Amino acid sequence: MTKLLIILVLVLALLAIAQLARVYELTSRLRGKREEDISPADTRMNANLMYIFLVVYFAFFAWLAWAYKDKMLPVAASEHGVALDELLNFNWLILIIVFIITNVALFWFAGKYAFKEGRKAYYYAHNNKLELVWTVVPALFLAVIIIFGLRVWNDITTPASAEALKVELYAKQFDWTARYPGADGALGATDFRLINDGNPLGIVTRESVAMRLGELKAEIDAMDSTMHHGILPDVKVNELEARIAKLERTSARIVNLRTMMEQDIAEKGEASPYTHGADDVVIKEFHLPLRMEADIMVRSRDVIHSAYLPHMRAQMNAVPGMTTRIKMTPTISTDSMRTVTKNEAFDFILLCNKICGASHYNMQMPLVVESPADYKAWYAEAMKKPFQPSALPLAPAPAVSDSTVVAADTTAAMKVDTTATASLKN
Amino acid sequence: MGSVATAPHNTAGHAHHAEHHHEESFVSKYVFSHDHKMISKQFLITAIIMACVAVMMSVFFRLQLAWPGEGFAITNFFLGDKWAPNGVLDPNMYLGLITIHGTIMVFFVLTGGLSGTFSNLLIPLQVGARDMASGFLNMLSYWFFFVSSVLMLASLYVEGGPASAGWTVYPPLSALPQSIPGSGTGMTLWLVSMALFIASALLGGLNYVVTVLNLRTKGMKMTRMPLTIWAFFVTAVLGILSFPVLLSAALLLLLDRSLGTSFYLSEIHVAGEALDHTGGSPILFQHLFWFLGHPEVYIVLLPALGITSEVIATNSRKPIFGYRAMIGSILAIGFLSFIVWGHHMFITGMNPFLGSVFVFTTLLIAIPSAVKVFNYITTLWRGNLVLSPAMLFSIGLVATFIAGGLTGIILADSALDINVHDTYFVVAHFHIVMGMSAIFGMFAGIYHWFPKMYGKMMNTRLGFAHFWLTFVSAFGVFFPMHFIGLAGAPRRYYSYSEFPMFDGVVDLNVLVTVFAVIGALAQVLFLYNFFYSIFRGPKAVQNPWRGNTLEWTTPVAHMHGNWPGPIPTVHRWPYDYSKPGKAEDFVLQTEPLAEDEHEEHG
Repeated sequence: MTKLLIILVLVLALLAIAQLARVYELTSRLRGKREEDISPADTRMNANLMYIFLVVYFAFFAWLAWAYKDKMLPVAASEHGVALDELLNFNWLILIIVFIITNVALFWFAGKYAFKEGRKAYYYAHNNKLELVWTVVPALFLAVIIIFGLRVWNDITTPASAEALKVELYAKQFDWTARYPGADGALGATDFRLINDGNPLGIVTRESVAMRLGELKAEIDAMDSTMHHGILPDVKVNELEARIAKLERTSARIVNLRTMMEQDIAEKGEASPYTHGADDVVIKEFHLPLRMEADIMVRSRDVIHSAYLPHMRAQMNAVPGMTTRIKMTPTISTDSMRTVTKNEAFDFILLCNKICGASHYNMQMPLVVESPADYKAWYAEAMKKPFQPSALPLAPAPAVSDSTVVAADTTAAMKVDTTATASLKN
Repeated sequence: MGSVATAPHNTAGHAHHAEHHHEESFVSKYVFSHDHKMISKQFLITAIIMACVAVMMSVFFRLQLAWPGEGFAITNFFLGDKWAPNGVLDPNMYLGLITIHGTIMVFFVLTGGLSGTFSNLLIPLQVGARDMASGFLNMLSYWFFFVSSVLMLASLYVEGGPASAGWTVYPPLSALPQSIPGSGTGMTLWLVSMALFIASALLGGLNYVVTVLNLRTKGMKMTRMPLTIWAFFVTAVLGILSFPVLLSAALLLLLDRSLGTSFYLSEIHVAGEALDHTGGSPILFQHLFWFLGHPEVYIVLLPALGITSEVIATNSRKPIFGYRAMIGSILAIGFLSFIVWGHHMFITGMNPFLGSVFVFTTLLIAIPSAVKVFNYITTLWRGNLVLSPAMLFSIGLVATFIAGGLTGIILADSALDINVHDTYFVVAHFHIVMGMSAIFGMFAGIYHWFPKMYGKMMNTRLGFAHFWLTFVSAFGVFFPMHFIGLAGAPRRYYSYSEFPMFDGVVDLNVLVTVFAVIGALAQVLFLYNFFYSIFRGPKAVQNPWRGNTLEWTTPVAHMHGNWPGPIPTVHRWPYDYSKPGKAEDFVLQTEPLAEDEHEEHG
């Protein structure tokens, strides 16, 4: 109600201004004044407003910077983040100086040189020396900015060392899953065709391939029997046939995958990525040890997501069909950060930063940074529940693209997720 | 009519032309007009209507962001129970609104509205041509634009809602109706509408380029053209070279959506099912999109900069400082804009070395931009500034160009981009540097050339009120967004309530929304002033702002062919304001040089 009142007041205020202008227009028409002849009073008003705006503008900037100083991101919690913040501050220094100089000149001149009857403007068409100066000086500053910037960029983007801890972050609408290697220290191969609710990341193992093939066969058989044991309308028959064809294609591709897997294992033995999946840990928790380089692989199941860790100053898109990487070394643990920020509930957050659908705004997972000893204990506990493919029934595909259906489907998916996590824990 | 209009140097045909003037039917004069001045007004009015829709949308989502989960009668009134049950905006519709808001603003208002209006109005008038090279293509350009606008608005009413993958429509989200309801019919309509829009932009652009190159009057050398024309010319070239790339990106997306191709799709498992697509790359779309998308920023910005160059010089009663440097910087910006697109993609997993190259090219653009700002400021220095509404908006443009340009330096730095990419910092940056600058340029153009368009004057005092309210709200809306972004808050979030880490800055969202509502209401002043003045504004004189350029030598009442007699000949550059030794503080371009007079070239 108060809001409505506010809006009402605003509308009335605007109408009042319009009426005032109308009155002014009529009186000036009576006096024979033309619209393009701006009165000295108006010019003075606008000139003064230029000065006032300049002051208010800077005051607003200063107030925002001061009042929200402690509400910005806290100190960077990763090694490269510290360098990045220094770079940012260096850039701010240059930019704010330029910001102040140019704005003062702009608004000061706009006020100072406001129209005066009888004064003649200074005919000043060009000055090559001056123009050269303000081409070269910005160029020099930019060169410095580029050099410092690229130095930090190169440090951040060089590949992680071989000893780095390997972790996978897996995105899907609308949550994150982490995968840690088992005792073999390596992550297993994956294939999107193996994904079901019992194998949410599509990890390839002999077991998961066999299980998925069995599952597809069962589904095809069920549809086959529906088709042959009942009188169905043609539309339904066509639909079923198309669906069976699709599942058969998928099966054929998985059979190919199986052949490839067997060949690779036969050739490389233990070195084959197909042998690494069975002990992987798939978990809806994200832990990293303090001061240890992490080599994070980022993948997506469906659309583009972005793995954004604002406190770590790290971000990388999760692109379906691609693996992207984040390299980082956490330098502050969750516990120390709680002390630093004087906030007992503080958590490092991984959030999605690429528009991905209705629940994009709530796709998050906390990151726990802990001492290597604590991490080891957590990891040992997690290793006791390695990935186990299970033949959970597939969630049905939504047939209609309607918001209510999708909403219902997300809740269904969420329920299935909890069961999937539960099954991982069993 | 058209034959006369397309033979601009045919001065003999003119008496014949005047005869026909009265026979013109309503349809050929106001609807399917070939006249560039009428087409320009058609573009303007259409863009104003589209802008109203887009501003309303922004109010709905700003209300949601300031007071998440609260119901608003106005939201429910416009969106209905399906998309705003109890006045609470639906999360899918939220994404739909931000998508269509962005699409309309970038393409329909700031491209179609700005270039369409002012290139059409000013190119023939300022280069001294009777009309565009092809009046018919020009008419087609408008009607493609019109149909495309109608389709875009129609897409709001389809089942599943409008396109909602963001205005950049990145696949797979935009390709898969299973992933978001807006990627169904709404997305198809979006793509078809954009295809028509691109056709419109190309027809217009070709016409502008040909007209500037071929139909300049005698004496109008390239180095005597007003900076407006230079800006429109380079803009048209950018459009011709980059829009076809967007068209191909859109076509491939349509194929992926409807015919099962895999240009952008690979290894996707969505809605419980593995798709057949393999081998494509979603990143390919981003390369194609931004190959248009970045020149597009300058397609939006350059006309605004051209307009303000003209308005600032005229109203400072001074030559624009560094005319040749201004042309050089337009050309440099135009060229560089083609090799910077990768800065939108630093964190897509692109090769880091390629990223470094884009950092370098992007930061180079800051040099010509800085030159422009310094030249504007020097033009004001020791001028005699007529603070008309157009001049105020032009000064406003310089301010937003500074504020937004500087934050661009942060975003262009790949390392710094990592932590602000896709946050509110980006929203703040591009709304200030592209949105506000371009819209201020557009307002400057409307206030300045309204007498030329309608033969009437707009109310100056309403113009002042409109400027100050808009200017203050623009900073009130977009300045705090930098801080929201630096706190790590992502863009395109329906609500921030799920993240305690953003609690500290949510009150800024309220501040932003209050300014957004004030800013939106301030536009009512403009609409009132604009439409009222068309019908009842005081009559304009021929050259109200005492300008030098050719459009002010045409009669106030519109006529086909622009000049009743022969086309004027040009003898000097357009910026002889307050030239020493002249009685008046302006010298029309048509005035021959005096015996001992030296021609200035900036």
